[in-house]
Amino acid sequence: MIALLLRDLRLAVRAGGGFGLGLAFFLIVVVLVPFGVGPDTAVLSRIAPGILWVASLLAALLSLDRIFALDYEDGSLALLATSPLPLEGAAMMKALAHWVTTGLPLTLAAPALGFLLSLAPEAYAYLFLSLLIGTPALSMIGTFGAALTVGLRRGGLLLSLLVLPLYVPTLLFGAEAVRRGADGLDPSGALMLMGGITAGCFALLPFATAAVLRINLR
Amino acid sequence: MLRVTDLSCERGGLPVLTGIGFEVAAGQALILRGPNGIGKTTLLRTLAGLQPAVAGTVTFPEDEGAYASHADGIKTALSVTENLRFWADVYGAALPGDILETFDLADLADRLGGTLSAGQKRRLGLARLGVIGRKVLFLDEPTVSLDGFSVKLFAKWLQETHLAGGGVAVIATHIDLGLKAPELDLTPFKADVDAGGGMDEAFL
Repeated sequence: MIALLLRDLRLAVRAGGGFGLGLAFFLIVVVLVPFGVGPDTAVLSRIAPGILWVASLLAALLSLDRIFALDYEDGSLALLATSPLPLEGAAMMKALAHWVTTGLPLTLAAPALGFLLSLAPEAYAYLFLSLLIGTPALSMIGTFGAALTVGLRRGGLLLSLLVLPLYVPTLLFGAEAVRRGADGLDPSGALMLMGGITAGCFALLPFATAAVLRINLR
Repeated sequence: MLRVTDLSCERGGLPVLTGIGFEVAAGQALILRGPNGIGKTTLLRTLAGLQPAVAGTVTFPEDEGAYASHADGIKTALSVTENLRFWADVYGAALPGDILETFDLADLADRLGGTLSAGQKRRLGLARLGVIGRKVLFLDEPTVSLDGFSVKLFAKWLQETHLAGGGVAVIATHIDLGLKAPELDLTPFKADVDAGGGMDEAFL
């Protein structure tokens, strides 16, 4: 399973579009917001938690369709399915590789971008923490969506429509945690609920993903 | 080592083949013959477990099966050695020292998968079979885009390394590999597409 993770990371680095693309997209969306909303720092700091979280969702969405599509096209998905590696484990490793290439860079870059949106100083730690807890769930849910649409031509748009509604709970609690942090309230409730969602996703979705892949490979 | 009894398989919901039964002993190969569309690929995918059988059983030692399809599963951004090492790691096997020589890939060891020709890719895809060390191989057109020399190279590996080591291979191919192996013509097992719809006729 580690071999699959390492291979996917190596592919993401070599093929390009792995680390850089999602991050650059995140950067551009966040930088565009002050242009659209205007330079009023009071407004910006009010909407910063929501903007940062929505931008992370969209950035994570960008590279989802590549998770299984490339392996499906070159035949290695069928070979993986007949290998001793359980498909459930492969699904989890795929999600993990996606997180390392998109979720982790987003989490690390978000505080710097919070500065651009004049996020309240108290909220930086919670922004980092909420993204760290929440983005793995985005990758796992996205991997499930990618498995659902793996054999389809132009499945990318369908994938977005399937996956975005499933991102709502993570978005709600993530943005809420940052907002409460900014207002000086206790955000631990929202963070714990989000942690529960992430843990639940990683407990259940690998099995669903593997089942869907088996059907799509028939 | 591999026993198939009364196997029926379907493709896209339509029955393709029915009533197939054969047995392959250790060290033996079986060549599947039949015109295009008869269901060779479907049968191999069913044997390999990629799709469920409609009826019948396939038995071979657990964790010994391996499938090789038309597609080689080569990552274009990885080198030849990295591609092979990945599969060795997945199967928990060591990379045999002479595997690159066996499949005439030694000069290409550090080339990226994307820069290989179709025949070279195929050789790399077949070299994977030598790396993973599985005993029961299901090979779908293994010699597509190979030149005569490479076909001989592959047949030599299959005969002298795999089969001589007690392995089994079921091969769908249109060419003569030069193996001393029995052939199974799938034409008599063609499923009657209307067989399942017989009931409808009563209502017509």
